[in-house]
Amino acid sequence: MSVSSICDRPDAAPEALIRFEAVSKTYPPRHNGPAVAALEGIDLSVPTGSILGIIGRSGAGKSTLIRLINGLERPSSGRIWVGDAEVSALRERELRALRARVGMIFQHFNLLSSRDAAGNVALPLELAGWAPAAIRARVGELLALVGLGDQAGRYPAELSGGQKQRVGIARALATRPQVLLSDEATSALDPETTRSILALLRRINRDLGLTIVLITHEMSVVRAVADRVAVIEHGAIVEQGSAFTIFTRPQAGITRSLLAGEMGHGLPPALDARIGAEARPGATVALRIAFADAPDGTAILARLARETGIEAAILAGTVDEIGGRPFGSLAIGLPPGPDVAARARAYLANHGFESQVLGYLPPAQEASRVA
Amino acid sequence: MSPELIRLLVQATLDTLTMVALAASLGTLFGLPLGVFLATSRRGELLAAPYANAVLGFVVNATRSTPFIILVVAIIPFTRFVAGTSIGTLAATVPLTVAATPFLARLIEAAIREVDPGLVEAARAFGARPGQIIAKVLIPEALPGIVSGLTLAVVSLLGFSAMVGAVGGGGLGDLGIRYGYQRFRPEMMLAVVVVLVVLVQAVQTVGEGLARRLNRRIRQA
Repeated sequence: MSVSSICDRPDAAPEALIRFEAVSKTYPPRHNGPAVAALEGIDLSVPTGSILGIIGRSGAGKSTLIRLINGLERPSSGRIWVGDAEVSALRERELRALRARVGMIFQHFNLLSSRDAAGNVALPLELAGWAPAAIRARVGELLALVGLGDQAGRYPAELSGGQKQRVGIARALATRPQVLLSDEATSALDPETTRSILALLRRINRDLGLTIVLITHEMSVVRAVADRVAVIEHGAIVEQGSAFTIFTRPQAGITRSLLAGEMGHGLPPALDARIGAEARPGATVALRIAFADAPDGTAILARLARETGIEAAILAGTVDEIGGRPFGSLAIGLPPGPDVAARARAYLANHGFESQVLGYLPPAQEASRVA
Repeated sequence: MSPELIRLLVQATLDTLTMVALAASLGTLFGLPLGVFLATSRRGELLAAPYANAVLGFVVNATRSTPFIILVVAIIPFTRFVAGTSIGTLAATVPLTVAATPFLARLIEAAIREVDPGLVEAARAFGARPGQIIAKVLIPEALPGIVSGLTLAVVSLLGFSAMVGAVGGGGLGDLGIRYGYQRFRPEMMLAVVVVLVVLVQAVQTVGEGLARRLNRRIRQA
């Protein structure tokens, strides 16, 4: 725990709505086994109105982390703030008041099967003691907001997965929270439904100014909605930053491996199998170049050919955007030659393109024999 | 059968229905809170009270493992205290209720345990108090299971009620034993069995139908 956090409220950036300071969570030992450290030394701050994506493999501690925000889990040490409230110091009764300001949606929706869509959305309002007339009006608004205005009387068993999650979102927004927690909310949905739910979350974030924290194991989810990303592994945050930085310049091994297959970070399997580490005579050098914020990024290959005479072949690649900013990743093959690779990389570096040697491709005739 | 015997049969049927209905109602009244408590009071749960849970669990098991006919006789002082007498249909309701309560409590406990823990977590995440979780989540979600349990309990009570004749409880079982068996009236025995079969069928059909209608987890036709 840092010294400042012991004394008084830290003067963190005023716009941070959620803050974690040196938070650890250890589960008591079971059956005389060792105590299980779920989270260790978590420092995190989520600016008001932003969307934070927390990504990690299952078992990394994501679920525990998100549940610390609304006090469903209590930290073993460290402090957690939501606005002015120190969640980690609240008693159960005070936590209930906080929870009206923090909505939550779930992977398996967790709708009451005994209540129709309207009844489910009404639940948090009933819990908060709203008058029946006010509940009816608010439920109507919320169902319209999530595009289910005509489904109020349907029971969860009669709704599709996407519709159920929309009911879940309407329910989570019922008490006009400042924060929405999303616990793998799209993991049980098909890709198209996932897109529509993520678009809805984006819209809510923009229109209602809601701060959203979502946990997921899918990079595509983070990429679609997150402004900021935290990568978690073995209970610790290994990397955090803007979504753009994490996607374009991943540092940690876990981030790279989660990114594989996303945004051209992986290679097509057949190509990947042919690339070796050994530089045989006549082998083609395979390079990866990544470029960000350069809309004409691919033109670099034409300039490379014109100015150095090195003709590169494109092996694989993607040009895409994250949060409206262009980002590309190309795997290129350079012709054989003693200093070709070195000259090409120097040229690329001079023009602001990072490159990385992926390996060597066997000469063409050998390759065809292998194939 | 003579009109006299038919009158006896009708009276016995009414007695049985009265006893079973009273015992099932009172058993539910006492069994519901007990079942809810048993389901939610283990360590780490909503109303965590592990010691009370263990004690109540033991009492419930002890009551359930006592053969009903022995229970009837053993609690005669209690029956006399509650009903003012230990003889008759009303008095027989006491041991029936005592037997039905722990039985229903276990069935209700099982139905509540079937409720998805995710729903409890969601309710907590929306600021529900334990009482609200029980009233708005656990009981409504477990209701189809509770109704099925109640059906099972009523059918069992119809069987148990045949034994309370031993303490002058009256009802169909008593009629069957006294007229059908001891007075060699096989037609009376047959009539009693037929009435019981019809009652059980009726209870089962109504109970299952109600449980199905209440179950919103399946798509309604």
